[in-house]
Amino acid sequence: MAYGVAAGHDEHAHHPTGWRRWVNSTNHKDIGTMYIVLALIAALIGGIMSWMIRGELAQPGVTFIDNYQFYNVLVTAHGFIMVFFVVMPALIGGFGNWFVPLMIGAPDMAFPRMNNISLWLTTAGFVLLLIAAFVGAGPGTGWTVYPPLSSATFHPDAAVDFAILSLHVAGAGSILGAINFITTILNMRAPGMTLHRMPLFVWSILVTAFLLLLALPVLAGGLTMLLTDRNFGTTFFEVAGGGDPVLWQHLFWFFGHPEVYIIVLPAFGIISQIVSTFSRKPVFGYLGMAYAMVAIGFVGFIVWAHHMYTTGLGVDTRAYFTLATLIIAVPTGIKIFSWLATMWGGSIELKAPMLYAIGFIFLFVVGGVTGVALANAGIDFAMHDTYYVVAHFHYVMAIAAIFAMFGGYLYWIGKMSGKQYNEPLAKAQFWVFFVGVNVLFFPQHFLGLAGMPRRIPDYPDAFVGWNMVSSVGALITMIGTLMFFYLIWHTFRYGKTAEANPWGEGATTLEWTVPSPAPFHTHEQLPVIGPTGQPRAGSGAVSPAE
Amino acid sequence: MATETQSHPFHMVEPSPWPALATLGAFVLAVGAIIFMHDGPPWIMAGGFLIIFYTAFVWWRDVVRESRSGFHTSVVQHGLRLGVLLFIASEVMFFFAFFWAYFDATIPAISKTAHDVWPPEGVIPFDPWGLPFLNTLILLTSGATVTAAHHAVREGDQKASVFWIGATVALGVLFLGFQMYEYGHAAFGFREGIYPSTFFMATGFHGFHVFVGVVFLAVCFFRARARHFSPEKHVGFEAAAWYWHFVDVVWLFLFVVIYWWGIVGYVGPLV
Repeated sequence: MAYGVAAGHDEHAHHPTGWRRWVNSTNHKDIGTMYIVLALIAALIGGIMSWMIRGELAQPGVTFIDNYQFYNVLVTAHGFIMVFFVVMPALIGGFGNWFVPLMIGAPDMAFPRMNNISLWLTTAGFVLLLIAAFVGAGPGTGWTVYPPLSSATFHPDAAVDFAILSLHVAGAGSILGAINFITTILNMRAPGMTLHRMPLFVWSILVTAFLLLLALPVLAGGLTMLLTDRNFGTTFFEVAGGGDPVLWQHLFWFFGHPEVYIIVLPAFGIISQIVSTFSRKPVFGYLGMAYAMVAIGFVGFIVWAHHMYTTGLGVDTRAYFTLATLIIAVPTGIKIFSWLATMWGGSIELKAPMLYAIGFIFLFVVGGVTGVALANAGIDFAMHDTYYVVAHFHYVMAIAAIFAMFGGYLYWIGKMSGKQYNEPLAKAQFWVFFVGVNVLFFPQHFLGLAGMPRRIPDYPDAFVGWNMVSSVGALITMIGTLMFFYLIWHTFRYGKTAEANPWGEGATTLEWTVPSPAPFHTHEQLPVIGPTGQPRAGSGAVSPAE
Repeated sequence: MATETQSHPFHMVEPSPWPALATLGAFVLAVGAIIFMHDGPPWIMAGGFLIIFYTAFVWWRDVVRESRSGFHTSVVQHGLRLGVLLFIASEVMFFFAFFWAYFDATIPAISKTAHDVWPPEGVIPFDPWGLPFLNTLILLTSGATVTAAHHAVREGDQKASVFWIGATVALGVLFLGFQMYEYGHAAFGFREGIYPSTFFMATGFHGFHVFVGVVFLAVCFFRARARHFSPEKHVGFEAAAWYWHFVDVVWLFLFVVIYWWGIVGYVGPLV
């Protein structure tokens, strides 16, 4: 009434049914759910590829992949799928869609139709990537698609073109999604929900969305040049035509480095929510935590060439990029310190999401420490393209992100489905998975220090031992993954009905004030947020008793 | 249809088939383009374009209808404006990549493969003070006419707003015509190395954006004639005007950097 808008909705339009509810969806929760389903499917496919890689590397010589181009395709597709179609859809599209509107007290996203096309473009990108793997010899370029390997000379068939357009299409979806998140967060916060009262998960999505918005178009430009080089005779990256293959690396990593933070910032946000909830304390140093993410996002744009130390950059350039990269350790240290300080003196409850949060902190510290080592251009000259790098980035952005995904899933599944997971089963799953990923990736540091190159399907006998250990770790991780899928099934089949707030007084954000499962529409009465960040009694869906 | 009043100012958009259909169009376009690039027929690609154009039309038609029905409260309008600005920011970063490619080829301080002589030997560049300068003046003038249109819209002068939007569209079309004429008279071919690569891709993508801006403004022209814009509420026109200014600024950079600075120190014939 206040705004005098006569909304012409009827009940049917509010609750569409059948396939239309999903395909034509303009509902942030349904779209978030579809993103999570997409991520689960992609995770299975990308996971199977990684186990094939570890299977081949379990012993020297040909284990079962005698076509080395096929091995390269597996490495490429595994990377693309995990980055673009598992972690990003799950953390940003899935949890972001579900919980940003719920946490800021908004009834939906700013542009619900555009929200839907973001989902479908991501899905179309995934299909294009799967097609790429089956066209001709497949894209054996690695996810970095460096020319001249990715040029028409060395990848003449259409596989690389499919990979390029896969990223174009999925990238367009992500840019639109980023616009949507920023507009939602800046324009749709409930009364009293100032920027400095927003939950840290919302902060993390806001910073991530800015990184997506500014980094992805640069990749799109580079991909376009690669496409025209391959098909229309331009010579951006062709030395014979006066071009420069290193230009591609600049453009790719100008996107690629922010992409690392695009993956891990939402994970930071989830971990902050979980640590605070299960320590029954507000996050220590809230503002520092928020602006540490802003700082990481900003500095993330000016460190890209630390991926390119061995391309012949000048000494001054390498000195700058070393220094700038090391500076990132400061805001990252603020994050780790504040999580520990949040737990310090808290009444800690080691529920499964909390185990995953603590696991995340451990993994991120391990990967962060090796990152400080690799940031030094002099050290990187020896480590570049070895398994040390593989171990480093799997710790920081692969398994750390997966721990945040699993932790976030367990934390919020009650809210999303109305069913609570089984605690002992989830704890058992955590320990199997935690042991698995560490046995899998920790030995790769030793392999890298000993000089084992990455992206090569065979190795000398000297590397046999740790490779076997690593592959055994992959097997344990596989069991942990299957347990997780079983846990999902178990939750939906046998899960107990979840309360509106299953976590007690530690869970203070707005999503716990609505029923479980969250109704189709929430916050239709906007909550009014008080100075403590809590909704005022009687506002929104909160009953005075709460 | 039961009507209800909602207590918040946001627009709860009805389910819509257009996002999925547009995605189908993008998918068909991608597959069709690859088939075309690998010596296949262009028809599948054309089909993808058609689906995208169709969905663009019906999708924006729905947005206009929703706006006319009063769903776009001042809060929603603020969100739409913010969305347009963010979209333009992402477009700026797209051009950033092409300028980077140009500087990588021309500034030895940032690239080991940059050319000491630019344009590379044998390339006969355009005279910046001929047609390119004329095009600069045309776009700058169109920036003034679109601002005149904005003033007319804010003053509720419908006749003047139609006239000034129409003038802007005409100037945009004129620019595109001259640009095509210039391409037809280039002394270098598209496939002849890094100079034409950077020149044609940067100015070509700019030309494509001018085309999109012309279409955007043409839609505003018809909407202005249909009295869709009021002094208080004309987000669609504002978005078109902002987009047009963005296209204008990109051209200024192209003109200064590629046409003008690109021939500093060059001695030889010009086209």
